[in-house]
Amino acid sequence: MDLIRTLTDAQLKTDLPEIKTGDTVKVSAKVVEGNRERIQVFEGTVMRLRGGGLGLTITVRRIASGVGVERTFKVHSPRIEKIEVLRHGISHRAQLYFLRDRVGKRSSLREKLGVPGEASVAEVAAEEAITPPVPAPVEAEVVEASEQDPA
Amino acid sequence: MTIGLLGRKVGMTQVFAADGTSVPVTVLAIEPNTVTKLRTPEQDGYTAVQLGIEAGKRRLNKPDQGQFKGELPACAVVREFRVDSVDGMTLGQTLDVSLFAEGELVDVVGVSKGKGFAGTIKRHSFQRGPETHGADHHREPGSIGAGTTPGRVYKGTRMAGHMGVDRVTVQKASVVRADGALNVLLIKGSVPGAINSLISVSKSVEI
Repeated sequence: MDLIRTLTDAQLKTDLPEIKTGDTVKVSAKVVEGNRERIQVFEGTVMRLRGGGLGLTITVRRIASGVGVERTFKVHSPRIEKIEVLRHGISHRAQLYFLRDRVGKRSSLREKLGVPGEASVAEVAAEEAITPPVPAPVEAEVVEASEQDPA
Repeated sequence: MTIGLLGRKVGMTQVFAADGTSVPVTVLAIEPNTVTKLRTPEQDGYTAVQLGIEAGKRRLNKPDQGQFKGELPACAVVREFRVDSVDGMTLGQTLDVSLFAEGELVDVVGVSKGKGFAGTIKRHSFQRGPETHGADHHREPGSIGAGTTPGRVYKGTRMAGHMGVDRVTVQKASVVRADGALNVLLIKGSVPGAINSLISVSKSVEI
Protein backbone atom coordinates (compact mmCIF):
# COMPACT_ATOMS: atom_id res chain seq x y z
CA MET A 1 0.00 0.00 0.00
CA ASP A 2 2.90 2.34 0.74
CA LEU A 3 4.07 1.84 -2.81
CA ILE A 4 0.67 3.00 -4.06
CA ARG A 5 0.91 6.05 -1.80
CA THR A 6 4.31 7.05 -3.20
CA LEU A 7 2.96 6.65 -6.72
CA THR A 8 -0.17 8.73 -6.22
CA ASP A 9 1.20 11.35 -3.81
CA ALA A 10 3.36 12.77 -6.58
CA GLN A 11 0.20 13.67 -8.49
CA LEU A 12 -1.68 15.22 -5.57
CA LYS A 13 -2.02 18.98 -5.74
CA THR A 14 -0.46 20.78 -2.80
CA ASP A 15 -1.78 24.26 -3.49
CA LEU A 16 -5.46 23.43 -2.99
CA PRO A 17 -7.53 25.42 -0.51
CA GLU A 18 -9.49 23.54 2.14
CA ILE A 19 -12.90 22.84 0.60
CA LYS A 20 -15.99 21.94 2.63
CA THR A 21 -19.60 21.35 1.67
CA GLY A 22 -21.53 24.61 1.63
CA ASP A 23 -18.56 26.63 0.39
CA THR A 24 -19.02 28.79 -2.66
CA VAL A 25 -16.21 27.98 -5.06
CA LYS A 26 -14.96 29.12 -8.42
CA VAL A 27 -13.54 26.24 -10.45
CA SER A 28 -11.41 26.98 -13.50
CA ALA A 29 -11.46 23.91 -15.72
CA LYS A 30 -9.81 23.38 -19.09
CA VAL A 31 -12.24 22.49 -21.87
CA VAL A 32 -11.41 21.46 -25.41
CA GLU A 33 -13.45 23.09 -28.17
CA GLY A 34 -12.54 21.65 -31.52
CA ASN A 35 -8.78 21.83 -31.43
CA ARG A 36 -8.64 24.86 -29.19
CA GLU A 37 -8.31 24.68 -25.44
CA ARG A 38 -9.73 27.31 -23.15
CA ILE A 39 -10.52 27.75 -19.49
CA GLN A 40 -14.12 27.59 -18.36
CA VAL A 41 -15.09 28.99 -14.99
CA PHE A 42 -17.88 27.36 -13.00
CA GLU A 43 -19.05 29.05 -9.83
CA GLY A 44 -21.44 27.50 -7.34
CA THR A 45 -22.03 25.80 -4.00
CA VAL A 46 -20.14 22.63 -3.09
CA MET A 47 -22.95 20.11 -2.69
CA ARG A 48 -20.81 17.13 -1.76
CA LEU A 49 -17.27 15.82 -1.47
CA ARG A 50 -16.71 12.26 -2.53
CA GLY A 51 -13.78 9.87 -2.31
CA GLY A 52 -10.31 10.75 -1.14
CA GLY A 53 -6.75 10.97 -2.31
CA LEU A 54 -6.30 11.21 -6.03
CA GLY A 55 -9.95 10.29 -6.64
CA LEU A 56 -11.44 13.12 -4.58
CA THR A 57 -14.33 14.78 -6.39
CA ILE A 58 -16.52 17.76 -5.58
CA THR A 59 -20.00 18.31 -6.96
CA VAL A 60 -20.74 21.98 -7.48
CA ARG A 61 -24.32 23.22 -7.90
CA ARG A 62 -25.47 26.52 -9.29
CA ILE A 63 -28.65 27.94 -10.74
CA ALA A 64 -27.98 28.92 -14.34
CA SER A 65 -30.81 30.90 -15.99
CA GLY A 66 -33.39 29.33 -13.70
CA VAL A 67 -32.19 25.77 -14.13
CA GLY A 68 -30.17 23.89 -11.52
CA VAL A 69 -26.82 22.72 -12.92
CA GLU A 70 -24.50 20.31 -11.13
CA ARG A 71 -20.97 19.55 -12.24
CA THR A 72 -18.59 17.08 -10.68
CA PHE A 73 -14.89 17.82 -10.80
CA LYS A 74 -11.95 15.55 -10.07
CA VAL A 75 -10.11 17.94 -7.79
CA HIS A 76 -6.60 16.65 -8.47
CA SER A 77 -7.05 16.36 -12.23
CA PRO A 78 -4.56 18.32 -14.33
CA ARG A 79 -7.58 19.65 -16.24
CA ILE A 80 -8.56 21.68 -13.20
CA GLU A 81 -6.52 24.83 -13.39
CA LYS A 82 -7.54 26.46 -10.12
CA ILE A 83 -10.12 26.25 -7.34
CA GLU A 84 -10.93 29.36 -5.31
CA VAL A 85 -13.06 29.39 -2.18
CA LEU A 86 -15.13 32.57 -2.20
CA ARG A 87 -17.45 32.10 0.78
CA HIS A 88 -18.10 29.55 3.50
CA GLY A 89 -21.75 28.56 3.94
CA ILE A 90 -23.22 27.28 7.17
CA SER A 91 -24.36 23.71 6.67
CA HIS A 92 -25.22 20.97 9.12
CA ARG A 93 -25.07 18.17 6.56
CA ALA A 94 -22.23 16.36 4.83
CA GLN A 95 -24.16 16.25 1.56
CA LEU A 96 -26.45 19.11 0.70
CA TYR A 97 -28.97 17.21 -1.43
CA PHE A 98 -31.78 19.35 0.07
CA LEU A 99 -30.57 22.20 -2.14
CA ARG A 100 -32.13 20.37 -5.10
CA ASP A 101 -35.61 20.91 -3.68
CA ARG A 102 -35.07 24.56 -2.89
CA VAL A 103 -35.95 27.45 -5.15
CA GLY A 104 -35.08 31.14 -5.00
CA LYS A 105 -33.72 32.73 -1.87
CA ARG A 106 -34.05 29.53 0.15
CA SER A 107 -31.56 27.81 -2.14
CA SER A 108 -28.69 29.86 -0.75
CA LEU A 109 -26.97 29.04 2.51
CA ARG A 110 -26.28 31.42 5.35
CA GLU A 111 -22.74 32.65 5.17
CA LYS A 112 -20.13 31.85 7.76
CA LEU A 113 -18.51 35.21 8.31
CA GLY A 114 -14.83 35.89 8.73
CA VAL A 115 -11.81 35.41 6.55
CA PRO A 116 -12.15 32.31 4.33
CA GLY A 117 -10.24 29.45 5.91
CA GLU A 118 -10.06 31.08 9.35
CA ALA A 119 -12.71 30.87 12.05
CA SER A 120 -13.99 34.26 13.17
CA VAL A 121 -13.40 35.55 16.71
CA ALA A 122 -17.04 35.04 17.63
CA GLU A 123 -16.96 31.44 16.47
CA VAL A 124 -13.81 30.61 18.37
CA ALA A 125 -15.36 32.07 21.52
CA ALA A 126 -18.53 30.07 20.93
CA GLU A 127 -16.57 26.86 20.45
CA GLU A 128 -14.61 27.45 23.63
CA ALA A 129 -17.84 27.96 25.52
CA ILE A 130 -19.28 24.68 24.22
CA THR A 131 -16.21 22.45 24.52
CA PRO A 132 -15.34 21.81 28.16
CA PRO A 133 -11.74 22.24 29.29
CA VAL A 134 -9.56 19.29 28.29
CA PRO A 135 -8.93 17.74 31.76
CA ALA A 136 -12.65 17.45 32.53
CA PRO A 137 -13.35 14.13 30.75
CA VAL A 138 -10.29 12.56 32.38
CA GLU A 139 -11.57 13.48 35.82
CA ALA A 140 -14.94 12.02 34.97
CA GLU A 141 -13.33 8.72 34.06
CA VAL A 142 -11.41 8.61 37.30
CA VAL A 143 -14.62 9.14 39.25
CA GLU A 144 -16.31 6.34 37.37
CA ALA A 145 -13.43 3.98 38.00
CA SER A 146 -13.44 4.64 41.74
CA GLU A 147 -17.20 4.06 41.84
CA GLN A 148 -16.76 0.68 40.21
CA ASP A 149 -13.95 -0.38 42.54
CA PRO A 150 -16.10 -1.31 45.60
CA ALA A 151 -18.23 -3.60 43.47
CA MET B 1 7.70 -17.28 -26.80
CA THR B 2 8.95 -14.06 -25.29
CA ILE B 3 10.89 -13.14 -22.24
CA GLY B 4 9.02 -11.74 -19.27
CA LEU B 5 9.46 -10.78 -15.66
CA LEU B 6 8.19 -12.03 -12.31
CA GLY B 7 6.68 -9.82 -9.66
CA ARG B 8 3.93 -9.43 -7.14
CA LYS B 9 0.61 -7.62 -7.30
CA VAL B 10 0.46 -4.61 -4.98
CA GLY B 11 -3.05 -3.32 -5.69
CA MET B 12 -4.96 -0.92 -7.84
CA THR B 13 -5.11 2.85 -8.03
CA GLN B 14 -5.57 5.53 -10.63
CA VAL B 15 -3.17 7.92 -12.31
CA PHE B 16 -3.79 10.92 -14.51
CA ALA B 17 -2.62 10.70 -18.09
CA ALA B 18 -1.00 13.66 -19.82
CA ASP B 19 -4.33 14.78 -21.31
CA GLY B 20 -6.03 14.72 -17.90
CA THR B 21 -8.00 11.48 -18.20
CA SER B 22 -7.73 9.30 -15.14
CA VAL B 23 -6.47 5.80 -15.95
CA PRO B 24 -7.22 2.81 -13.68
CA VAL B 25 -4.00 0.89 -13.11
CA THR B 26 -2.75 -2.21 -11.35
CA VAL B 27 0.54 -1.74 -9.53
CA LEU B 28 3.03 -4.60 -9.87
CA ALA B 29 6.17 -4.67 -7.74
CA ILE B 30 8.87 -6.16 -9.93
CA GLU B 31 12.25 -6.36 -8.23
CA PRO B 32 15.12 -7.13 -10.61
CA ASN B 33 14.92 -10.75 -11.75
CA THR B 34 18.05 -12.92 -11.80
CA VAL B 35 18.77 -15.33 -14.64
CA THR B 36 19.29 -18.59 -12.73
CA LYS B 37 19.47 -21.08 -15.57
CA LEU B 38 19.60 -21.17 -19.37
CA ARG B 39 17.86 -24.08 -21.07
CA THR B 40 19.35 -25.09 -24.41
CA PRO B 41 18.22 -27.69 -26.96
CA GLU B 42 21.49 -29.62 -26.67
CA GLN B 43 21.26 -29.97 -22.92
CA ASP B 44 17.54 -29.82 -22.12
CA GLY B 45 15.73 -30.34 -25.42
CA TYR B 46 14.12 -26.91 -25.37
CA THR B 47 15.07 -23.22 -25.15
CA ALA B 48 14.11 -21.20 -22.11
CA VAL B 49 15.34 -18.68 -19.58
CA GLN B 50 14.86 -19.42 -15.91
CA LEU B 51 14.33 -16.36 -13.74
CA GLY B 52 14.40 -16.17 -9.95
CA ILE B 53 13.18 -13.57 -7.47
CA GLU B 54 13.04 -13.02 -3.71
CA ALA B 55 16.52 -14.33 -2.90
CA GLY B 56 16.89 -15.26 0.75
CA LYS B 57 13.22 -14.66 1.52
CA ARG B 58 12.52 -18.30 2.29
CA ARG B 59 14.76 -21.01 3.78
CA LEU B 60 15.51 -23.54 1.04
CA ASN B 61 16.16 -27.22 1.62
CA LYS B 62 19.35 -28.87 0.36
CA PRO B 63 18.00 -29.99 -3.05
CA ASP B 64 16.59 -26.53 -3.72
CA GLN B 65 19.80 -24.81 -2.60
CA GLY B 66 21.75 -27.06 -4.96
CA GLN B 67 19.99 -25.41 -7.91
CA PHE B 68 21.92 -22.21 -7.29
CA LYS B 69 25.57 -22.99 -7.88
CA GLY B 70 28.41 -20.55 -7.33
CA GLU B 71 27.54 -16.88 -7.13
CA LEU B 72 23.83 -17.31 -7.90
CA PRO B 73 21.44 -16.01 -5.20
CA ALA B 74 19.19 -18.59 -3.57
CA CYS B 75 15.87 -17.46 -5.00
CA ALA B 76 12.63 -18.43 -3.28
CA VAL B 77 10.60 -18.23 -6.50
CA VAL B 78 11.80 -19.59 -9.82
CA ARG B 79 9.94 -19.70 -13.14
CA GLU B 80 10.90 -20.32 -16.76
CA PHE B 81 10.04 -18.37 -19.89
CA ARG B 82 10.26 -20.16 -23.24
CA VAL B 83 12.26 -18.04 -25.68
CA ASP B 84 13.45 -18.42 -29.24
CA SER B 85 17.10 -18.07 -28.33
CA VAL B 86 19.19 -17.51 -25.21
CA ASP B 87 21.88 -15.54 -27.05
CA GLY B 88 23.08 -12.55 -25.08
CA MET B 89 21.86 -13.96 -21.78
CA THR B 90 24.31 -14.90 -19.06
CA LEU B 91 23.87 -16.67 -15.76
CA GLY B 92 23.48 -14.26 -12.86
CA GLN B 93 22.40 -11.40 -15.09
CA THR B 94 19.55 -9.24 -13.73
CA LEU B 95 16.58 -7.99 -15.71
CA ASP B 96 14.41 -5.13 -14.50
CA VAL B 97 11.29 -3.25 -15.61
CA SER B 98 13.27 -1.33 -18.23
CA LEU B 99 12.52 -4.41 -20.35
CA PHE B 100 9.13 -2.80 -20.98
CA ALA B 101 8.38 0.58 -22.49
CA GLU B 102 5.43 2.84 -21.85
CA GLY B 103 2.47 1.97 -24.07
CA GLU B 104 3.80 -1.48 -24.88
CA LEU B 105 1.35 -4.39 -24.95
CA VAL B 106 2.02 -7.22 -22.52
CA ASP B 107 0.45 -10.52 -21.45
CA VAL B 108 -0.08 -10.82 -17.72
CA VAL B 109 -0.43 -14.22 -16.04
CA GLY B 110 -1.72 -14.77 -12.52
CA VAL B 111 -3.67 -17.25 -10.45
CA SER B 112 -7.26 -16.09 -9.99
CA LYS B 113 -8.83 -15.65 -6.55
CA GLY B 114 -10.54 -18.78 -5.19
CA LYS B 115 -14.33 -18.66 -5.19
CA GLY B 116 -14.95 -22.07 -3.54
CA PHE B 117 -17.87 -24.25 -4.67
CA ALA B 118 -19.83 -21.90 -6.88
CA GLY B 119 -23.26 -22.31 -8.46
CA THR B 120 -24.00 -22.05 -12.16
CA ILE B 121 -24.98 -18.37 -12.00
CA LYS B 122 -21.61 -17.28 -10.67
CA ARG B 123 -19.54 -19.93 -12.44
CA HIS B 124 -21.07 -19.98 -15.92
CA SER B 125 -23.19 -16.78 -15.98
CA PHE B 126 -26.48 -18.74 -16.14
CA GLN B 127 -29.69 -16.77 -15.66
CA ARG B 128 -31.56 -17.01 -12.40
CA GLY B 129 -35.22 -17.90 -11.84
CA PRO B 130 -37.86 -15.52 -10.49
CA GLU B 131 -37.62 -14.49 -6.84
CA THR B 132 -41.38 -14.34 -6.14
CA HIS B 133 -44.80 -15.25 -7.60
CA GLY B 134 -44.62 -18.77 -6.13
CA ALA B 135 -41.40 -19.63 -7.89
CA ASP B 136 -39.08 -22.22 -6.32
CA HIS B 137 -36.58 -22.15 -9.18
CA HIS B 138 -34.38 -19.42 -7.72
CA ARG B 139 -30.76 -20.29 -8.51
CA GLU B 140 -31.23 -23.80 -9.95
CA PRO B 141 -29.24 -24.84 -13.00
CA GLY B 142 -32.32 -25.87 -15.04
CA SER B 143 -32.27 -28.72 -17.52
CA ILE B 144 -29.01 -30.66 -17.93
CA GLY B 145 -30.12 -32.61 -20.99
CA ALA B 146 -32.84 -34.53 -22.86
CA GLY B 147 -34.73 -37.69 -21.67
CA THR B 148 -34.53 -41.34 -22.71
CA THR B 149 -32.43 -40.37 -25.71
CA PRO B 150 -29.51 -40.01 -25.00
CA GLY B 151 -30.33 -41.31 -21.51
CA ARG B 152 -27.26 -39.73 -19.96
CA VAL B 153 -25.77 -36.34 -19.23
CA TYR B 154 -23.23 -35.22 -21.79
CA LYS B 155 -19.68 -34.83 -20.62
CA GLY B 156 -18.63 -31.24 -20.16
CA THR B 157 -22.16 -30.03 -19.28
CA ARG B 158 -21.77 -26.82 -17.32
CA MET B 159 -22.71 -27.35 -13.69
CA ALA B 160 -21.88 -26.06 -10.21
CA GLY B 161 -18.42 -26.82 -8.86
CA HIS B 162 -15.09 -25.40 -7.80
CA MET B 163 -14.31 -21.98 -9.22
CA GLY B 164 -11.20 -19.86 -9.17
CA VAL B 165 -7.54 -20.65 -8.38
CA ASP B 166 -6.98 -21.05 -12.14
CA ARG B 167 -4.06 -19.79 -14.15
CA VAL B 168 -5.51 -16.81 -16.00
CA THR B 169 -3.83 -14.80 -18.75
CA VAL B 170 -4.80 -11.26 -19.64
CA GLN B 171 -3.61 -10.58 -23.18
CA LYS B 172 -2.65 -7.26 -24.68
CA ALA B 173 -2.73 -5.23 -21.49
CA SER B 174 -0.94 -1.94 -21.96
CA VAL B 175 1.93 -0.66 -19.84
CA VAL B 176 1.11 2.76 -18.40
CA ARG B 177 4.45 3.31 -16.72
CA ALA B 178 7.64 1.34 -16.07
CA ASP B 179 9.40 2.94 -13.13
CA GLY B 180 12.97 1.69 -12.80
CA ALA B 181 13.65 3.68 -9.63
CA LEU B 182 10.74 2.20 -7.68
CA ASN B 183 10.87 -1.15 -9.52
CA VAL B 184 7.20 -0.78 -10.34
CA LEU B 185 5.16 -1.58 -13.42
CA LEU B 186 1.76 0.03 -13.95
CA ILE B 187 -0.63 -2.00 -16.09
CA LYS B 188 -3.86 -0.46 -17.37
CA GLY B 189 -6.90 -2.22 -15.95
CA SER B 190 -7.15 -5.22 -13.67
CA VAL B 191 -4.91 -8.24 -13.39
CA PRO B 192 -5.91 -11.73 -12.16
CA GLY B 193 -5.01 -12.76 -8.63
CA ALA B 194 -5.05 -11.54 -5.08
CA ILE B 195 -2.80 -8.87 -3.60
CA ASN B 196 0.76 -10.22 -3.03
CA SER B 197 0.18 -13.05 -5.50
CA LEU B 198 2.86 -13.99 -8.02
CA ILE B 199 2.37 -12.36 -11.42
CA SER B 200 4.36 -12.86 -14.57
CA VAL B 201 4.44 -10.22 -17.29
CA SER B 202 5.75 -10.93 -20.77
CA LYS B 203 5.75 -9.15 -24.08
CA SER B 204 2.47 -9.77 -25.84
CA VAL B 205 2.31 -12.76 -28.16
CA GLU B 206 -0.46 -11.25 -30.32
CA ILE B 207 0.40 -7.92 -31.81
